[in-house]
This record gives sequence, structure tokens and C-alpha cells, in this order.
Amino acid sequence: MTTAVVNEPKRRGWRDVLFGRPEKPYVNPYVGGALLGVVLFLSFFLTGNGLGASGGLNRYVVFLQDLVAPEHVDRVAYLLKMAGGDKNPLDDYLVFMTLGTLLGGFVSGWQHGRLKVETNKGPNISVHTRWVMAFVGGAIMGYGARFARGCTSGQALSGGAVLSAGSWAFMFAVFGGGYAVAYFVRRLWN
Amino acid sequence: MPPFPLPINELLGHWGAYVVYVLIGFAFGYVLEISGFAISTKLAAQFYLKDMTVLKVMFTGIIVAMVLIFAATGLGLLDYNLIWVNPTYLWPGIVGGLIMGVGFIIGGFCPGTSLVSVATLKIDGLFFAVGGLFGIFLFGETVQYFEDFWNSSYYGRLTLMDWLNLPTGIVVLGVVLMALVMFWGGEQLERIFGGHDKPQRSWGRVAGVATLVAGALFVLMIGQPTTADKWVRLAPEKEALLAERAVQIHPGELLTSLADDQLNVIMLDVRDEADYNLFHIRRARHLPLADLSAAIRNCNWRPRPIRSSW
Repeated sequence: MTTAVVNEPKRRGWRDVLFGRPEKPYVNPYVGGALLGVVLFLSFFLTGNGLGASGGLNRYVVFLQDLVAPEHVDRVAYLLKMAGGDKNPLDDYLVFMTLGTLLGGFVSGWQHGRLKVETNKGPNISVHTRWVMAFVGGAIMGYGARFARGCTSGQALSGGAVLSAGSWAFMFAVFGGGYAVAYFVRRLWN
Repeated sequence: MPPFPLPINELLGHWGAYVVYVLIGFAFGYVLEISGFAISTKLAAQFYLKDMTVLKVMFTGIIVAMVLIFAATGLGLLDYNLIWVNPTYLWPGIVGGLIMGVGFIIGGFCPGTSLVSVATLKIDGLFFAVGGLFGIFLFGETVQYFEDFWNSSYYGRLTLMDWLNLPTGIVVLGVVLMALVMFWGGEQLERIFGGHDKPQRSWGRVAGVATLVAGALFVLMIGQPTTADKWVRLAPEKEALLAERAVQIHPGELLTSLADDQLNVIMLDVRDEADYNLFHIRRARHLPLADLSAAIRNCNWRPRPIRSSW
């Protein structure tokens, strides 16, 4: 008697497709950096513009403000520039670059098995503390990024690569600010 | 004229250009994710000297892009004048940077990395991103109270070359060497504070360092195009326009402008000194073409502060 081996196709639900891939390690940071450099170069080479994130986010915020209070937007010079009159604040390249960044992060996370609903935190704080601190830090960061006219991507990376003097001063200020406060908030991460 | 950057809006149209930006953003997000930048604890470890991934990725990215950009401009492929160089607002930039540094260590991300974190379903990333949007909102609502400071110490398109008064090649080489020293220092700190092993000597590392230094030396060797070089490249196209008087100011317009008190008219005569001495328009200043870029910098480019509340 022969036994037949039936290869039943494994049924894979959408959960498996999204989260079931084996987790891969991160690339060597210098390799990641070199790839980042090539992407940054191509951005300048093809379009004349560097990379950015906070400028695009700013336009989403102003879009919402323009929906709720268009008269207010028309009265504040900073908002007026982006959404005055019938200007659409979303009609800007940074808005689309931001969409691409989300998409690229998602595809890489999926492909390398790193899509995971989780909260990353230091061992000595609760998940809720981490959430509150993430919100507070995010608000400080968002405020500072617009103050400096760009974030780590738009000022430090892009301005740094084309040798803008102000971007280099900015970059050292970011690291300075971080290191100056790191000791006092060490409980958050250690 | 250098063929790059491409006028993508004209080539591909409004939406076509946006597709290009989505693709560039995609590559950006992908690279951030494979470098581990979706994980707040990994980013924060930078500030406790345990894991210098942020420093390594950022500065490798900067120096690789920088060498490629200035090699391309040196070879005449890319027009440096047409790429966006962040204008310098020195003090607002420094204050904003310090605030951001504080936000970074408290929140664990920067705006770009928080996007990738959200994309890979990290809840702390989501809280950070929502907080970031709130901070941006707050800034838009409060900037009117310190608009003068926000527009102060403006130096326009100031580059490290202008500031240090050094040729581009030297600055590029200097930045590459500085970054290599920082990488070496960072790896020492990782060993001391992070308990990392001594990094293995490998052909990849040697080749990477050699390529970067060779690239910087190449940039130094080829130099950057001078105003005269650029003119030689532009001449066939632009001289034809001058010859058929497509580019000119009408005498009547010049006369009205000169009589207008609200305008500060500067007339520059860039022909040879001999031609200038033979004939020139009254009140026109002689300026050799080579000094033009320096003279432009001396013009008063400060933006007038915009008053929003009155």
C-alpha cells in the first residue's frame, strides 16, 4: 500500500500576510547611511529639493485649521502663506513626500517582519507614562522644528549635505539640547 | 547649462511631479526603517552613548550625499544655484534646534522617524506624531508674538564655504574627515558605555573609508565652476537672447524707476573697463563679472518683518 502525501496548501489569513513574515535584523548603520545619502542625493539631483517631514506635517495641520476656521487662517501671516484665500495647503510637494515616507516605512516593516503593534520604552516606566511622554516630547519637537524652519530631515540632513551654514549650527544645537537634558530624564530610557 | 536638477514640473506636469516626490519619500521611509529608526529606544540610546546608530546613519548620509552633489556640480551635471540651500536664520535656528533636542530625548523620535514608527504600528510613535502635530499647531498660533526674533539674524543663502572663506573642495574634504573621526569616537563610546565589541576590521569598512576620501579628493581636484565657466556654458543660449533684445529694460521703464523714490535702483556695468570708460549710462557702476556674486551678497537682502497684528 502506498501512502499518498497530500500537500494541502496552508491557509493564510490577512493577519499572517501582514504579521507572519520572519523578523530580519537591521542593516549595518553605515550601509543604511550610505543608502540614505544616495536617496538624498537623488532627491537634490532630480528635483533640486532635499528631504523633509515637518514641513509636510505642518500643511496637514493648516489644512485642518483652514477647514475649521478659514477667517482665522487669513488673519495670521504664518498660516496665510500656506492656506490664504483659496490656496490649498495640501498642494505642496512635502505633503506627498510625507505620504511616500509612511508608505516606504510600512513596506519595509512588512517585508522584514517588523510590523508590530507595540510600545517601545525604557524598563522603569509604565506604558502609559511612555505614551504621555511621547506626546509631550512630540509637541516640543513639533514646536522646535517649525521654530528652526525644518526638522532633522529638512534642516540637518538636507541643509547639511548642501553645506548650509545655518543647518550645521542647527544640527549641533539639536545634539546639544538632547545631551544637555538626557541626564535628567534618564529614568525614561534606562 | 547643467541638465540637472530637472524641471520636473514642466516635464511631468503637476501630478507627475508629485509622483516623483512620493517615490523619493518612499525610498526615504524605507531606508529609515531598515536602519532601525522606527524604534524609540534605539534612537534615545544615542543620547546615553550606548548605541550611536543615529550619528552613524545621519553623518554617513550627509557625507555621501555631499560628495555626490559636489562631484555632480563640479562636473557640470548639476546646477548648485538651482538646488535649495536652507537660508540661514542663525539664532532662530539654534534656539529651535535646542528645543528639538529636548523634544527628541523626552519623546524619543524626530518628525521623520515618527512617521516610520507610525507606519510600522508603534503606539509610542503614534502618540509622538499626534503630539508633533499639536506642537506645530501651537507654533502657528504663537509665532506672531515673536515674529521679529523669528526673522532675525538672517544671512540668506550662507554656505560653510562663504563663512569659512574656503574653496568647496576643502570644506567637503574637511567634513568627510570630521565625520570619520566622529565615527571612530562613536565606536569607542559604544564600547565603553554600550558594552559593544570592538568592531571587526573588514574589507567593507576599509573600502568605504577609501571611497569617501577618494570622492572628497576628487571633488577637491575638479573644483567648482566659476562664474566665467558658467557663462561659457550659458553663452550660446543667453547671448542670442541679448542679441535679439529679448532681455532688456525699456529706456522709459529705466527712467521711471530712477525717478521712483521707493525704489533703490542699482545699475551695474559688467563690460570691460575700456568699454565702460568710453561710454556708460550715468550712475552706472562698473563691476567686473567675476565680482558679481560677491556684490550681490552685499545688497540688502533682509526681508522686511511682516506685521500680522495691528
